[in-house]
Amino acid sequence: MNRKNDQVNDVILQTAAVIIFFIIIMFSINLFFAGHYSPGGGFVGGLMTAAALVLLLLAFDSKTLANVLPFDYRIMTAVGLVIAMLTSLHSIFWDRPFLTHAYDKFDLPLLGEQTLHTAIAFDLGVYLVVIGVTMTIIQTIGESE
Amino acid sequence: MINLPIFPIVIPALAAIILMFAPKQVRLQRVMALGALLVTFAVSVLLVFTVSQDGILTVNLGNWPAPFGITLVSDMLSALLVTTSTVIVFFIVWFATHYFSDAYESNYVYVAMLFLLVGVNGAFTTGDIFNLFVFFEVFLISSYVLIVLGGKGVQLRESIKYLLVNVIASALFVMAVALLYGVVGTLSLADLAQKIPLVENQNVITVIGVLFVIVFGMKGALVPLHYWLPGSYVVAPTPILAMFGALLTKVGVYSILRTYTLLFDTGSFMQTFLIVLAVLTIVIGMTGAIAYNDVKLIIIYNIMIAVGVILYGIALNTQTSLEGALYYLMHDMLIKAALFMLVGMMIGITGSGQLRDMGGLITRFPLFGWTFFIAALSLAGIPPLSGFFGKLLIVQGGVADGDLFGPLLILLSSLFVLFSVIKIFLYGFWGEERRVYDGPLVPYMNRLIVPTLLLVAVAVAYGFGAEAMHPFITQAIEPLIEPEIYIDAVIKE
Repeated sequence: MNRKNDQVNDVILQTAAVIIFFIIIMFSINLFFAGHYSPGGGFVGGLMTAAALVLLLLAFDSKTLANVLPFDYRIMTAVGLVIAMLTSLHSIFWDRPFLTHAYDKFDLPLLGEQTLHTAIAFDLGVYLVVIGVTMTIIQTIGESE
Repeated sequence: MINLPIFPIVIPALAAIILMFAPKQVRLQRVMALGALLVTFAVSVLLVFTVSQDGILTVNLGNWPAPFGITLVSDMLSALLVTTSTVIVFFIVWFATHYFSDAYESNYVYVAMLFLLVGVNGAFTTGDIFNLFVFFEVFLISSYVLIVLGGKGVQLRESIKYLLVNVIASALFVMAVALLYGVVGTLSLADLAQKIPLVENQNVITVIGVLFVIVFGMKGALVPLHYWLPGSYVVAPTPILAMFGALLTKVGVYSILRTYTLLFDTGSFMQTFLIVLAVLTIVIGMTGAIAYNDVKLIIIYNIMIAVGVILYGIALNTQTSLEGALYYLMHDMLIKAALFMLVGMMIGITGSGQLRDMGGLITRFPLFGWTFFIAALSLAGIPPLSGFFGKLLIVQGGVADGDLFGPLLILLSSLFVLFSVIKIFLYGFWGEERRVYDGPLVPYMNRLIVPTLLLVAVAVAYGFGAEAMHPFITQAIEPLIEPEIYIDAVIKE
């Protein structure tokens, strides 16, 4: 328990964690965007991102993580809910039923012509909520004495 | 506006989400929660009038046609119940703004209350059995938060029990839905109602029906599945208890009403089963209501009597008895919330829940005393007040159905209800003051009485306006008597 007092040298763990962190993040983003056509989506993507953050938490400590990534995860949950809610609500302004999604083709710089669907915004909401909730649980349990 | 039925669900949800950004701004939380509830109330009244003119409203979420997507169905029954629950939550939140301390309020309590309303309104409005499960979980998870918030020892102990019972009930719910889906192959209520008569093996349907009654009976505290109710409810703070007592068990009752009339009305077995459960619930509720001297427990056992009476009306499944059940359901939601607020104030003033520690309250708080008296008479069903018409119609329905035992038991139960609440009135308000009453609520007394009085006034107006309510009630009963109306409204050819 008293790790702060011992001089523990975690150089292998910390070096590996920093490298693996980015691999996991890339994988989670891939999972997130893959959701529409292949297995994946907001839920696993968010969980995987949270797993990467937990890896940092294991290799370093919660203060370091809070310094590097200064997010308030409760606010992140709320932001995710707002995004999901607004995505569901936008259709009522076009006089369509709630939760009706829309898509269109866009000519994006670098990426070329891509189809964008409002379902991805909903998924982004799910993604943020999953990260927010997971990290809130882990941080709250971790910091309580 | 084709999206009208979603607003009673979406407005409190949106307000709750916005409140999550600023948990420490207590004043903003109060104003915003009350404002959102007022808007929700206005929308739900508009919904009632739209439904009364245009008939059943449906929204196919995501524009997918009826049996394939999720449909939200606002018939008069759900519109009335949504309005009632919104009114109740509005007054309870108003009460809570004076009742809770700032520290308590800054722990997301209004967020949880609003999400509870989202779940309840959603459960009343949905037309899909799995979506019903999801909305059940929405309000159950909010109720877990609300019951444990504060972190006293007893709260922790009882919330574990409450959680355990509800997790098991939810697992059973999923299994029942899985069985139903395995047999019929659809989840939309209207489509299920269409296809269930075509199933060859009707015994399987009866088994699933019984499983659903067990699930909803666990949520709605039917005997012998009521054992969790007294302990869990008695530890919750007053506004939370009022919310639970008024809304949560009634959603279970509503679900039995909806599924039984629409899906499982498949023969006399189910009817006998429900009548036996209803009679047992009334008897155990009566026993509990006269046995205790703890004011909270007396009202909690009165919930069970009311659930039993409503269930008896549902089980008979005739025009008269269903009208009575709906009348009584709405009356009971209003008056139980008011009574819990009133006994909570008694406890807050005297510092004890036991009747033997109270007495003489009426000399110091006359308005409070007479409000309680009117609420008590209304609960018992004294004629011009709101409890009368529901019970009258249920008794009439029972007699017309050739049953004498049930109606007699219901009349007898009224006597027990009256006895139990008048006992509170006589011991609590009459007589001499037992000691100096300086409980924590005394300074707030004048402010707390306002929402309570208004809620009792709503209940009294509901009783006096029974004639004006009658067309709405009749319209609400139509799709229950003839499920074809419901099916045609949802599945448009």
